[in-house]
Amino acid sequence: MNNLNTNAALTPEQEKDINEDIRWAKINEDVLHSMESPRGAYWLSIIVCLALLSLAVIAEIHQYLYGLGEANLNWPHMWGLYIATFIFWIGMSHSGTLLSAILHIIHADWRKPIYRFAEAMTTFTLLTAMLFPVIHLGRVWNMYWVLPYFSDRGIWPNFRSPLLWDAFAISTYLTSSALFLFMGSIPDLAIVRDSARGWRKKLYAVLALGWRGDDRQWRNFRVAYLVLACFLIPLAVSVHSIVASDFAMSIMPGWHITSFPPYFVAGALYSGCAGIITLFVLLRYFFRFEAYMTIPILEKTCKLTFAIGMVWTYLTFIEFASVWYGHNAVDKELLLSKFSGPYSIWFWQMLFCGSVLPFMLAVERFRRSIPIMFVVSILLNYGMWLERWMIVAPTLSQGYEPFAFHVIFPSWVQWFIVAGSFGWFGLLFLIFVKVIPSVSMYEVKEMIYHRRHLAHKDLSTVMHSRSASAGGNAAAAADPRRTPGTPGLEGA
Amino acid sequence: MKKKRILALYSNFAEAMAVISDVRDHKVAGVSLDDVTVISPIEHPELVELLGDRPSHIRKFTLSGAITGITLGFTWIAAAQANFLVQPQGGKPVIPLPSNFVLTYELMILFSVFFTLAGLLITARLLRRRPMPYSAKVGVDQVGIELELEEKYIEPMKKLFLARQALEIREEGRS
Repeated sequence: MNNLNTNAALTPEQEKDINEDIRWAKINEDVLHSMESPRGAYWLSIIVCLALLSLAVIAEIHQYLYGLGEANLNWPHMWGLYIATFIFWIGMSHSGTLLSAILHIIHADWRKPIYRFAEAMTTFTLLTAMLFPVIHLGRVWNMYWVLPYFSDRGIWPNFRSPLLWDAFAISTYLTSSALFLFMGSIPDLAIVRDSARGWRKKLYAVLALGWRGDDRQWRNFRVAYLVLACFLIPLAVSVHSIVASDFAMSIMPGWHITSFPPYFVAGALYSGCAGIITLFVLLRYFFRFEAYMTIPILEKTCKLTFAIGMVWTYLTFIEFASVWYGHNAVDKELLLSKFSGPYSIWFWQMLFCGSVLPFMLAVERFRRSIPIMFVVSILLNYGMWLERWMIVAPTLSQGYEPFAFHVIFPSWVQWFIVAGSFGWFGLLFLIFVKVIPSVSMYEVKEMIYHRRHLAHKDLSTVMHSRSASAGGNAAAAADPRRTPGTPGLEGA
Repeated sequence: MKKKRILALYSNFAEAMAVISDVRDHKVAGVSLDDVTVISPIEHPELVELLGDRPSHIRKFTLSGAITGITLGFTWIAAAQANFLVQPQGGKPVIPLPSNFVLTYELMILFSVFFTLAGLLITARLLRRRPMPYSAKVGVDQVGIELELEEKYIEPMKKLFLARQALEIREEGRS
């Protein structure tokens, strides 16, 4: 467990995002090795995920046999934890877009060792989220009714409803993010193809689409990747804005709020970033990725999470302020009941985890401690999950009509299905990282190459201005091939 | 005359760039930069620059996808809505523009993504069935220079490759 002990001051080499002297062949070896022999904890996690998933299966069978009432879903609480968890998982999906698309466009190269699993997280969180509308239907055999298609059943999709927009937006997002993930993996799949044997070679040969890394392929690949990144950003924003519209376009107190779409998007990015920290720590340990998932990269992710956390905190208080100064009696009463009513214990936990706890991310000492960041990231996501529940439940328990005031807490069926969704996501994710390289080999090589290239230029500047202090590095700067610890490729 | 491909492997970009410079300077008469393909583990900006202007047409596919998504998407949704005339509309238009803008926007992105990916498959010549000289080492840490040449230029080119310290030379049709 000595890889977790990072509280000590980092050496100048450890301060770098990545060891720039690592050989390129070593990168391939490390990543390919990770797909063959993870630590035992990986298999333990698979067992835990299967156990959680089996809880959900039991609960779903019970709900299927005895109806939605068994889940304590009854008027006025028609949505409950299912919709709250649906929003939570949709929110988590924004991490991949943030890390892959936004940071790619702004050329933040520190994202390169960790963006692949963030993209995978996007795809699998969406697959998890899409289970909930089906489960929530109760009559799962009619699940295709929620899809908008030409009707021959006398059922007309309401095109004015944000719920229908959801179906369009989420299916577009899932398709696009899955294709984005696949496309970005093609060069790495070719590397796996080249080293695989037997049926695996055939499988990866199909997946690699005949990639061989020629300049025509790279040139078009780069443009296509950039174009998809540009499309994914507005798509991600639109998806969570539309999910926010499910609430904001109703007239219910606590939901009919103008700032909901940006509030939801900020919350989504926040929980997504926290999710990246959790998976960062797990993958680093499972696959011995200490050389790639480094403490400086963890720190940068934490800083990003802190910044987004503060945006979320601001928007949360803006929401309170707009209700308070709006002087709508029903809205105000609901807001006060959140602070002191039956759900207050959860509400205060949400505020603590979402707005107070992130300040730990602002402290360098904590940021550099992997165990602390692991726990904090889980608590941040606990706060974000509570946020979604606190949007749904208090409003449903205290609407406009006093006769409809009714506090209902979820039964074991809902809790089991929520727990099972974590098992489902974890299982899909863990299988993925075993089958597809979870660290992008070619991007890490690019990162190293460009950083060294830049360093040589800098070094030559230093050499010209302060030749005495440049010392032995002057020769290395003059001839890059003589640089100690040369990676596979140098020059140019 | 039938052309053949030869591939030379180098241990670094500097040597590969030297070969490309030689080809550009017509060190082998009859061989030009148009015949050169670079195979590498990463995209190398300086090398790409040396190869000259080789445009990518992906964006045209994307634009086609966006236009298709907008027109086809809107038409499809409006056609579906017009199909539901018997549904009570409550005084609202049968084809509501604000919601259709949202849905058309999503379909525009979806079609753009599909077309971009199709564009990549076509322009990058992925899924090509013709066997090409290839070495798994270019996926690790070596750079390949490939040329498609007439038979008579193969030997002079091999000499140039060897003069520039090629690690290995492979010919199409020979393992």
